[in-house]
Amino acid sequence: MTLKEISRLLNASVINDSTDIEMDIQSACSADMMSTVMYYHSANSLLITSLTQPSVIRTAEMAGIKAIVFVLNKKPDANLIELAGLKNIPLLSTPFCMYTASGTLFEAGMPSCFGK
Amino acid sequence: MKLSDIVEKLSLEVKTCKAGLENEVKGAYVSDLLSDVMGNSKDGDVWVTLQTHYNIIAVAGLKNLAGIIIVGNRPVQDEILQKAESENVTILVTSLTAFETAGKLYQLLK
Amino acid sequence: MALDIDHPIEGSFQIIGGNFDTAGAASSQLKSKLVELNVNEDVIRHAAIATFEAEMNVIIYAAAGRLSYLITPTYIEIKIDDMGPGIKDIEQAMQEGYSTAPEWVRAMGWGAGMGLPNMKKNSDEFKVDSVVGEGTLIEMTLNFPE
Repeated sequence: MTLKEISRLLNASVINDSTDIEMDIQSACSADMMSTVMYYHSANSLLITSLTQPSVIRTAEMAGIKAIVFVLNKKPDANLIELAGLKNIPLLSTPFCMYTASGTLFEAGMPSCFGK
Repeated sequence: MKLSDIVEKLSLEVKTCKAGLENEVKGAYVSDLLSDVMGNSKDGDVWVTLQTHYNIIAVAGLKNLAGIIIVGNRPVQDEILQKAESENVTILVTSLTAFETAGKLYQLLK
Repeated sequence: MALDIDHPIEGSFQIIGGNFDTAGAASSQLKSKLVELNVNEDVIRHAAIATFEAEMNVIIYAAAGRLSYLITPTYIEIKIDDMGPGIKDIEQAMQEGYSTAPEWVRAMGWGAGMGLPNMKKNSDEFKVDSVVGEGTLIEMTLNFPE
């Protein structure tokens, strides 16, 4: 599923400029605990989270997460946006909560990243 | 929909408080942050999380949640299960991820 | 495949405790180094995750610490030592889900009790030495695939 499609389904805004909205996303992971993102990671996935601090970008960088959707209309600060830009990680913000965002993408056929 | 229907449809394992399976589930909330759940979950929601900290029991009680689904086969310490049992909080576990659990609930509950 | 380098490469980074804003900077620099050296992608991801977890532990619990690495043609060795409170019961700390992190740390998405298990899972050799009141030393080795 492309980021463009994800952003349409989630009524999401794209936060950083120069985002490749045709980027293909192959799975999704919904979590706020960063260690579990790294534990259950799979490459080329989307992280759905409500946290907006820089360690979220670092987690994405280490775990090979391709893009991040912030739920509940959360918007990160300029430092985080800059860091995400340096690491080429697109950021989206959706008004949906994690449940609705996950449910909507699951229903549209998005696979989950690996379980244990 | 009753919590027992969700247990059956998602093949969840019931860890504590079987009596709670009669609870009516009005919605769902997915989060690993206690303050988020305290602020945003609603009465009768089933809570999907991989958080296994002691305080999840208090949060479920205070917010009158229908139950807690712990995802990703996360081990839950015995003392937490005992506390849940004594405070009548139903804990369910699954090997599904939070994303899949949310996805399946979304289709059942809408 | 062995790495095409003439000499082992060593380096180290300082880690300042308590600073969540720059958390991951040391691990990120090590990761860049591995990318530059053309290390196997899976090894890079495992090393990055293991190192980042160790770095986060320093940031959450210790006043300061140091990440040092040694890259040889066949393996990478990563050490993280800190001036922190130490770990009382290592066996307990290795259990998935066990954490002593305070609520404010959990509210930032850390302290799920998976740090040490994640380090072990992502390395080929893993060792923890800790003295309560003095600090903790973590040593991890990742071998490059044949």
